[in-house]
Amino acid sequence: MKFIKDIGQYVMMLKGMFSRPENGKMYWKEFMHQCSDIGIGSLGIVVIISVFIGAVSTLQTAYQLVSPLIPLSTIAQIVRDTVILEFAPTLTCIVLAGVVGSKIASELGNMRVSEQIDALEIMGINTKSYLVMPKILAGLLMIPFLVVLSMALGIWGGRLAGDLTGIIPHDAFDKGLREGFLPYNVFFSLAKSYTFAFIIASVPAYYGYHVQGGALEIGKASTKAVVVSCILLLFSDYILSALLLGKG
Amino acid sequence: MIEFKNIRKSFADKTVIQDVSAVFKSGQCNLIIGSSGSGKTVLQKCLVGLFDPDSGSILYDKKDFTNMDHKAKKEIRKEIGMLFQGSALFDSQTVEQNVKFPLDMFTSDNHSAKMKRVNEVLERVNLVGSNKKFPSELSGGMKKRVALARAVVLNPKYLFCDEPNSGLDPQTSLVIDKLIKELTDEYNITTVINTHDMNSVMEIGDYILYMYQGEKEWEGTNKEIIFSKNQRLNEFIFASDFLRDAKEMRMLEETGKIPNDRDIDKMTSDDAKPLA
Repeated sequence: MKFIKDIGQYVMMLKGMFSRPENGKMYWKEFMHQCSDIGIGSLGIVVIISVFIGAVSTLQTAYQLVSPLIPLSTIAQIVRDTVILEFAPTLTCIVLAGVVGSKIASELGNMRVSEQIDALEIMGINTKSYLVMPKILAGLLMIPFLVVLSMALGIWGGRLAGDLTGIIPHDAFDKGLREGFLPYNVFFSLAKSYTFAFIIASVPAYYGYHVQGGALEIGKASTKAVVVSCILLLFSDYILSALLLGKG
Repeated sequence: MIEFKNIRKSFADKTVIQDVSAVFKSGQCNLIIGSSGSGKTVLQKCLVGLFDPDSGSILYDKKDFTNMDHKAKKEIRKEIGMLFQGSALFDSQTVEQNVKFPLDMFTSDNHSAKMKRVNEVLERVNLVGSNKKFPSELSGGMKKRVALARAVVLNPKYLFCDEPNSGLDPQTSLVIDKLIKELTDEYNITTVINTHDMNSVMEIGDYILYMYQGEKEWEGTNKEIIFSKNQRLNEFIFASDFLRDAKEMRMLEETGKIPNDRDIDKMTSDDAKPLA
């Protein structure tokens, strides 16, 4: 019953976002602020995890490919495809669900508990539209950017690790990168990142916006937002893979 | 003027407000008093539209707020200022940005005109020089004054204050009360204050509505409250020996049996300036 109520409230929140802004300039300012928070604020962690994911992929792929009949450039192909198809969108977004999601949920939760949302409502401002929509739009703009960056950095990290350890020289790695490249994989990855971005921004916004109680409830809402977002990410990852990569 | 008739509000099976009616006149400080859980905050939230009442009507200057469409409600809300119990300042914004926010959102004035108005209201609440401070750097009384400045920056017709003195020392409470009273008189605002602060009742209560378990128990002025025979009201408001003595003293003053030379009406918020 609670689950159905949550879905209903979530849909109502999304529906409530669509209204004429009281002042476009202020909405734009809020949107830019959120872009900076979500995009620039998460840049550091995305750079770190991407480089290491790529590096570890190279080492582990090389470890598993023991046959001398398989050319070294195959390592690069595997690293490239794993990073593009799965690691960059999914792992990055799971980390972002924690970083961005908890921030959104606690920010809105704090605003709710300290009556800042009520203060805005009384001024005649549609708070769903002013507080939630810029976060979702900023997520939809910045998270795919971060995912693309993560793809590039992941592959670069793999190349660097191959070079540093001597497992695969960079010219062999570059050769592998160019072999059998499917642009569709990038499309698939972006499709995933847009879906994930919507989940990462909207689900925590829902939990934060509907907090009732005090500081303890903000923490609980924040944790719940991250957990639910991660589950939804993994579930939608499977659905999208089945729909877009499934054979037959 | 705000008029409400037969307001009723329930949450699940619990009726929090039962058929409460009253008229809050403009240019007056209208106080809703009552013990915790008596329904005064819920009533105030119904009046400002944060809760929809189950039945009854709310009229803002004869305009039916309860049956208005969303757009018309928004227009009324632009004429409402509210001071929240916890101040509800935007944490990430400075004092200046907090006060400027309604101007940014609802006016097309240029930056200098907005800043002129911001500085005017900050001066009005004795907060000159605090423009660049963040809410975390302010004392409780200063936060309330910033919130009051934000509430009145658009010259509202209606001002709602939820427990404006909670968490403040008696002298700072008096400053806030005086400020609210002065602003109410100055701009002919219909002010509605939720409180259980005895000082506020006696000093600024032009009209007092006493709520008891969700119902209207008593109404009158701060002069009439002294002579009220309502037992529940007397138990609530004159709860201590000290307050009962003060009441008797005030009764003697009001009936002219002893002189009143305290001249409290001449006090202004400036009297407590060093406290800031």
